[in-house]
Parts: sequence; structure tokens; C-alpha cells
Amino acid sequence: MNKIDALIIGAGPTGLFTAHQLKLIGLNCEIVDNLDKIGGQCIELYPDKPIYDIPAVPECTGEELTNNLINQLKPFDIKFHLSERVDEVRKENENWVVKTNNGTIFLTPNVIIAGGVGSFEPRKFPVKECEKFENKSIFYSIKNKKIFEGKTVTIFGGGDSALDWAVELSSNSKVNLIHRREDFRGAQATVDKIYELVKDGKINLFTKYQMTSIKGDVQLESIDIKNDDNEIENIKTDYALGFFGLIMQLGPIANWGLNINKKTIEVDTEKFETNQKGIYAVGDICNYPGKLKLILSGFHEGALAARACFKLARPNEKYRFEFTTSSKTIKDRLGVKGD
Amino acid sequence: MTKITYITHDNKDHTIDVQNGLTVMEGAVQNDIPGIDADCGGGMACATCHVYVKDEWFDKIPAKEDGEEDMLDMAFEPKKNSRLSCQIIVSDELDGLTVNIPSKQG
Repeated sequence: MNKIDALIIGAGPTGLFTAHQLKLIGLNCEIVDNLDKIGGQCIELYPDKPIYDIPAVPECTGEELTNNLINQLKPFDIKFHLSERVDEVRKENENWVVKTNNGTIFLTPNVIIAGGVGSFEPRKFPVKECEKFENKSIFYSIKNKKIFEGKTVTIFGGGDSALDWAVELSSNSKVNLIHRREDFRGAQATVDKIYELVKDGKINLFTKYQMTSIKGDVQLESIDIKNDDNEIENIKTDYALGFFGLIMQLGPIANWGLNINKKTIEVDTEKFETNQKGIYAVGDICNYPGKLKLILSGFHEGALAARACFKLARPNEKYRFEFTTSSKTIKDRLGVKGD
Repeated sequence: MTKITYITHDNKDHTIDVQNGLTVMEGAVQNDIPGIDADCGGGMACATCHVYVKDEWFDKIPAKEDGEEDMLDMAFEPKKNSRLSCQIIVSDELDGLTVNIPSKQG
């Protein structure tokens, strides 16, 4: 069991800066995120898109902002638990017991939810019957590519994941690639490679087609795809892979007894505390009168929530406000020399 | 004010006066029309404000900008008349615009 002063759920910009604020005031913390990388929406949705409204940063991309925030955390030793989702939060005396889907358990008086719009989950096929084949013959990510060797694999999607896997699997499998339009949004070099493989007969390409139904009993047997002119093709296949990006789902947070309204959590504006003592919500996921869904608002909210954590983590100490420019204690924590 | 009709998946019509300059997505969210999630808040980064534009309107509204079609690849059951409602800005010319909201956003 990990005993810590505060647990942050979400490694997006708000979660990262909140960690910084906690460490500055002398509290320790760990961060859990369902994604396999740090950065949240900034890294998953718009790594290359420029942002223009970060104070004192005239322009930066989602990736640059993430890297800067990670750099700002360098003086501190913060443990990240990536690819883990918090499933359960339970009160035990003065503490919260928090469990992840990997079985990691935290004991902490403070839980800060910096979860954006929830956790990222893969978008799935609209065809309902796909559920029964999920993780058997229908996949949304690949853990073991060996299972596809010598088999027929039908890949849906037009982005880098779909194209990269089509190229990769075409060397040892029969690959069908299906996309809803003729343009692909993957890297041009990969798109060129796809057309080359199509020409060589290594990939069967179906554009302007989408899945309409699937057939199979225990194993997937075939898929019906339909084009814009309502022509249907039946494709025999052993596996289907869908790469339609990720969608944000509130997930287990909905079950923690918090006041939730339109996928956001209600908080006060002094501590950014929820209706549960010691559980805070900051960033896009919190809601209060006047809430702006801006990164800069998340920074402010995190700074205040961090101060509120101090009271519960150090009940016998008094929090003293200090500036980073002048406090020797803070400079020691940052590992920089005083004047 | 411009009248926009949102038809939800259960075939209910919701006709609403939306202020010019707002997006069709904002008109739905501010008036609690169900079925438009708009997770990213209008940044063309999530495809959860997906709508189908009635055919007679599809060519009248300003065309898609770069990136919208890419996002529509990820939408739930995209069709030829799919648009992201955060990218349609309401103006007098759109008075009477009708959009259908899909059964799900993801």
C-alpha cells in the first residue's frame, strides 16, 4: 500500500502543475493516468496544435506545453502510474483507500481529480454484435501481433495506427484495409507505402466503405461492408481491428458519490473540494459558477486545491504562504541555491 | 436570432432561437438538447458534437475546413452529410437549418 499526502488522478497539464504546487509546499504525491503517456488531452488530442493563451507563453503546441510542465517537475521525484485507471475510492477513517485496475492501492487523505473529461477509451465499432468478439477476434489495440500470423485481418480506419498496422501485418497476414473515404490522415510516407502494397497485392483496399454487420458464431467469420452507394461486400476474415482514435468516458468516477452534473463535478471555489471531504476536482472536470475550461484556470484551481490538501495531510502544522523568489525552504525543495 | 431545429435520435424536434455568432453545437449545449457531448468544448478535437445536416441544407452551409473531415473519421456512424456542429456558425442565412443528432457520440 502506498501511503501518500495526495493522489492526483490525471496527468494532463492541470494534474502536472497541481503536483508541482503540492511539492512546493512540502507535500508528496503520486499521479495515476489511464493513458500510456503523460500530457492528457494536450498530448492525445492536439500534440501539434498551437496554443496561444498560456500566460507568458505566446505560442506553444500541446506537446511543448507538456514537456515544459514535465521539466518544471524535474526537481521533484514524482511517481507516475501510467496505463492505470482508478476504479475504486473508499473512505477508511480519515483516509481514502484508492484502488486501480492494476491492483495498486493508495492510502491518502487527499484525492485530486484532474481528469479532464474522463479517461480515454478506444472508440468502438458501431455494430452492437462486435462486443461479443471483443478481445477475441475484434481488437482496438494490439498487444500480441503473433496471433495474426497466417490469418486474414481486416483493419478499419484512416489514421496512423490503422495504416502502420496494415503495413506491419501485411508481411505475415492477409490484410484488408477499410476506410470511409479516399483520403487518409496518416503520414504521407505511410500512405505511399500502403498504395505500393495495394499494387503488389499485399493489401486489399476498400475506400468509402464502412462496417454494417458481422457474422460468426464462436469465432468471427465475415464482415459486411457498405459503400456510399449502398453496395454491400462480404469479406471473409479471422480478425477485425478498429482504429478510430480515443473517446473520453467519465468511467468509474461516476460511482464515487460525487455531485456530478453534465459529466463535470461540482466544487467550491475556495478549496476546489467536492461534496466529499478530501476529494477535490480541478481543471476541465470541475464545475462552479463562472467556470472557464481553459488550461490557465486549471493551474489556479490546482494551486488552491494543493493548499487545501496541506490541512488534511499535516493536521498539526500551520501552512505558511511563501514566494518562490524569496523562500529558502522552497529553494531547498527545488534544489536551487539561495541568494 | 436564427431558428435551428435539432432532431434527436428519438425523432423529437427541438426548434430553438440561437444567437448569431454562436455555433450550432453551442446552441444545443446551452439549451440542453440531448445527444451533443462536445467533450473538447469546440476545438475540433474530439468528434463528439457530430450531426447529420439535412440534405437541402448541406451545400448551403460553409464548407468544412481542414481537419474536420479527419475528425469525422472518428465519429460514430459518419455519413456523407456528417458535420461537426462546433464548426457551423449560426447566421441569418442559416435560418431554418435542421440537423439530426446521431444515436451516440462514441
